[in-house]
Amino acid sequence: MSGFLSVIKERFKEGFVTNNPTFIQFIGMCPTLATTTSAKNALGMGLAVTAVLAFSNTVISLLRKIIPSQVRIAAFIVIISGAVTATELLMKAFLPALNAALGIFIPLIVVNCIILARAEAFASKNKVFPSFVDGIAMGLGFTGALFLIGSVREIIGAGTWFGMKVTPEAYSPATIFIMAPGAFFTLGVLVAITNKIKYDVNERKRKKEANAALALADRAEKPSEEETV
Amino acid sequence: MKKHPLPDSTAEFDKMLTVSPNPHIRSRETTPSLMLCVIIALLPAAVWGVYQFGLRALMIMIVSIVSCVCAEALSALVLKLKFSINDLSAVVTGLLLALNLPVSVPLWMPAVGGVFAIVIVKQLFGGIGKNFLNPALCARVFLFSWAGEMTYFTTPKTALPLFSSDIDAVSTATPLASLNAGALPGIPIIDLFIGKQPGCIGEVSALLLLAGGLFLIIRKVISVRIPLAFIGTVFALTYFFPLGDQDVHYAVASVFSGALFLGAFFMATDYTTSPCTPIGQIIYGVGCGALTVLIRYFGGYPEGVSFAILIMNLFVWFIDKYTKPTPFGHVKPEKPKKPKKAKGGEAE
Repeated sequence: MSGFLSVIKERFKEGFVTNNPTFIQFIGMCPTLATTTSAKNALGMGLAVTAVLAFSNTVISLLRKIIPSQVRIAAFIVIISGAVTATELLMKAFLPALNAALGIFIPLIVVNCIILARAEAFASKNKVFPSFVDGIAMGLGFTGALFLIGSVREIIGAGTWFGMKVTPEAYSPATIFIMAPGAFFTLGVLVAITNKIKYDVNERKRKKEANAALALADRAEKPSEEETV
Repeated sequence: MKKHPLPDSTAEFDKMLTVSPNPHIRSRETTPSLMLCVIIALLPAAVWGVYQFGLRALMIMIVSIVSCVCAEALSALVLKLKFSINDLSAVVTGLLLALNLPVSVPLWMPAVGGVFAIVIVKQLFGGIGKNFLNPALCARVFLFSWAGEMTYFTTPKTALPLFSSDIDAVSTATPLASLNAGALPGIPIIDLFIGKQPGCIGEVSALLLLAGGLFLIIRKVISVRIPLAFIGTVFALTYFFPLGDQDVHYAVASVFSGALFLGAFFMATDYTTSPCTPIGQIIYGVGCGALTVLIRYFGGYPEGVSFAILIMNLFVWFIDKYTKPTPFGHVKPEKPKKPKKAKGGEAE
């Protein structure tokens, strides 16, 4: 049981923090930039990707010993497109408004790099349960990033959040934020903040190690100093 | 034994190893002195803007400059960049931004534009000299987010409130609107030249901008190549391909309307975002002019100068790369020839 928990913990840390698809790996940029015009669209897109990713990771992991490695990409794509088609039909049936808003980007999940990258890098080499958790974690990491970008863009660019007015009456929304340039501004600033945090953490770690090394060197040198005195 | 303290970051090592890029020739001109020249050159047009559009124009300039300077100071503090208020570049950016806005914009717009120009366009790319787009122009285009306010032009000499954004004046078409419809504007060409036309605060008077531009050229702050190529291209294109059945008056009116002189003399010539080589500068100027006319004729907005300059800004790296002059004394590496048969005894 603890094995399961540690797998879950590790995968989620990977998906949300150390290997976040959007802010660290920079994969799946097309839907990230195009569908984050509002928090709702971003969330919808993220969850659709999560569903596809969990399904495709599981199936690919199940079939990993059967798929010949020469044709694995084609085989992965067949599995992924099956999952995407199912997701699209489900969305058409139950969430027609969201499906209309996301438009072409739902079928385009087939060629989203996140799906193929996880299939290639993880699911085709690992057991079923970790692959399934990896799909969920990566998908949710992606969803979280999209949701953050979508929220920023919607609040600044339209003055609303999930369609509700959140800014004061006097605020005149900067429409550019829900257009294409706004996606780049928002992503750029968020990535800069992420990098800053990453840099600070690494720097602190490095200093700590360096200090530890110095202390060690100190202790090693002391006897020799006493000798000279 | 004394231990060397570890440097706080790799940045300190970098600083020790960095040599500033060429040219290494020394001159008494410094960034502040050049920027001061630009400000002096802009003053006539700015004063004319205040005279034409009232004290609200001055208010917009003040807000824009203060916003730029504060943004520069704060961002330098937060991003740990060199403290660069003294080089006056933020003041120039703020002034240019204000001169590129209609007088009726609410006062928060120059403030927002100033912050955008300095923080996003300049400081995030490393500060002065490292931005690849002109900050003031970029901010102006960013402010087109509020397209209604940005294209709301009042007639000159309309009394406007100093602070309130509650503008109760009739919007009027700029001369460009009629030019783009293929007709000469109702304003005589001499008035267009002097600056008695609706438009952005600083762009209306071609005469005073020309005076400021000449001052910069005589002081050798800018070269004549970019403005001449820019304005010449616009004139040539509007002369040979006028919209409607128009004669030379159309070309002259096209040159004197809109932000052409402001753009050509003061914004296309920004050192950081224009090519260094003479041929490159001419290519860049021609490109700006051609794009301006194309955007005016076929684009969604009546004026295309700012978009044209920004688009050409993106090509500066490319232009510089392909117009790089060959160094003095450079010899092309010869292809290895077949060794000729040595003639007996001649060399000795």
